[in-house]
Amino acid sequence: MNLDHAWATLNGVPDPEVPVLSVVDLGIVRELAVNDDEVSVTLTPTYSGCPATEVIQESVVKALRDAGARDVTVTTRLDPAWTTDWINPAAAEKLRAYGIAPPHLKAAEAQPLRFHPKDIACPRCASTHTQRLSAFGSTACKALYRCLDCLEPFEHFKPI
Amino acid sequence: MDANTLYVLRIADACLIHGQRLAEWCGHAPVLEEDIALTNVALDHIGQARSLLALAGVLEGRGRDEDALAFLRAEREYRNPTALELPNGDFARTVLRSFLWASFMKVLCTALAASTNAQLAAIVAKSLKEVRYHQQHAGDWVVRLGDGSEESARRMGDALALLWPYTAEWFADDEIDAHAAASGIGPAWSSLQSAWRAEVEPVFAEAMLTPLADTPFRSTGKRGVHSEHMGFLLAEMQSLPRAFPGAVW
Repeated sequence: MNLDHAWATLNGVPDPEVPVLSVVDLGIVRELAVNDDEVSVTLTPTYSGCPATEVIQESVVKALRDAGARDVTVTTRLDPAWTTDWINPAAAEKLRAYGIAPPHLKAAEAQPLRFHPKDIACPRCASTHTQRLSAFGSTACKALYRCLDCLEPFEHFKPI
Repeated sequence: MDANTLYVLRIADACLIHGQRLAEWCGHAPVLEEDIALTNVALDHIGQARSLLALAGVLEGRGRDEDALAFLRAEREYRNPTALELPNGDFARTVLRSFLWASFMKVLCTALAASTNAQLAAIVAKSLKEVRYHQQHAGDWVVRLGDGSEESARRMGDALALLWPYTAEWFADDEIDAHAAASGIGPAWSSLQSAWRAEVEPVFAEAMLTPLADTPFRSTGKRGVHSEHMGFLLAEMQSLPRAFPGAVW
C-alpha cells in the first residue's frame, strides 16, 4: 500500500452521522503515514461526546485492512481541537446538496453570548429568510432551522 | 490520592453528574426540541467526563480507567460540587443550573488553557468550544423565562433562590486549590469569581434577575460530603455495572 492509496481508501470512509461526508472531508484525519503494509492514522474527534467517534475508528481500520494494510495503528489527538474550519469548501457544497446548511462563520471568532446569526441560507431554496427552532438538532454538531419562504425544515452545521 | 488528581476529579465528576442529571430529561422535556437539546448537552458533558476521568486515572497511577472511576466508586469519593447533584426540579431550575455551570466551565476552561498538564489543556480547549453553545442555549432560556410570563418569572425566581447559595462552594478555596495553583495545573477556583460574575450578570439583567446576597452556607460536595440526593443518583447510574461486572456492549 502506498500513501495515495491510503488517502483514497479513507476518502471512501463515510461519517456515520453525515454519510455524504468522508472522514477526510470532515478534516478529522490529521496525519497518515504508510510504511510498506503498516499504516498509522491520527484522528481528531469532532465533539467530546460524539457517539460516532468509535464507529469511525473501527471503519477506518476495517477499510485500510480491506485495502491491503496488514497493521493499522490509530492514534487520537485532542490538540489542536477540531474545528469546522477544517471542513473543505467542496465538502461544504456536498453538505448543502444533502440538505444541511454548512457552517458559514469562522469558528475561531467566538460570537457574543446572546447573538444568533440571522443569515443562514436554506439549503433548498437559498433564502436567508430563515428561523432557528433549536440550538441542537439530531446531533450536537447541528442546529435545527426552518425556512420561512419554502417552509421546509433543515439543519445547520454549527461553526465550532 | 494526590491533590492534582483530586483537582482534575472535581471537574470530571462535575461533568459526569451534571450529564447524568441532564440525561434524566430524555423523554420528559416540555417539547421535543428541548428533549433533544438537553440530551445533546448531556452527551457533551459525559464525553468531557470520560476524557477527564481517564486523565485522573493516569494521574492517580493505580490502573483505574474512566469506567472504574465513573461507576465503581463510593459516594464520598465523588468530588463534584453539590449544586450539580441536586434534583432537576422543573425546567426553569434545570436551565438556570445549566447556565450557571456553563458560565463557570467557560471561565475555567479558558484559564486551564495555561495548565502545566498538556493533556488537561487539550481536553479543556475542546470542551470550551462545546460549553459556549451550552451557555448560549441555557442563557436564552433564562431570559425567556425570567422575563416571560408571571408564572415563568416566579419559577425562575424560585430556581435562583434555591441554586444561588450552592454556587458559593465553587469559589470557596481549600488546600486542593492552593496546591493546584502552586503546581500550575490550574487556577484556584476563587480566582474565577469575577470573570464568572461578568458572564452571568448581563444575562441576569436581561432576565430581570438579581444575584442574591452571599450567605454563610457552604455546600461540601467538592470534599466528598454530598447532599442526600447523591446516593439515589449513584444507585441509578451505577446499577448496570454493579449488577453485571465487566459488562460490555
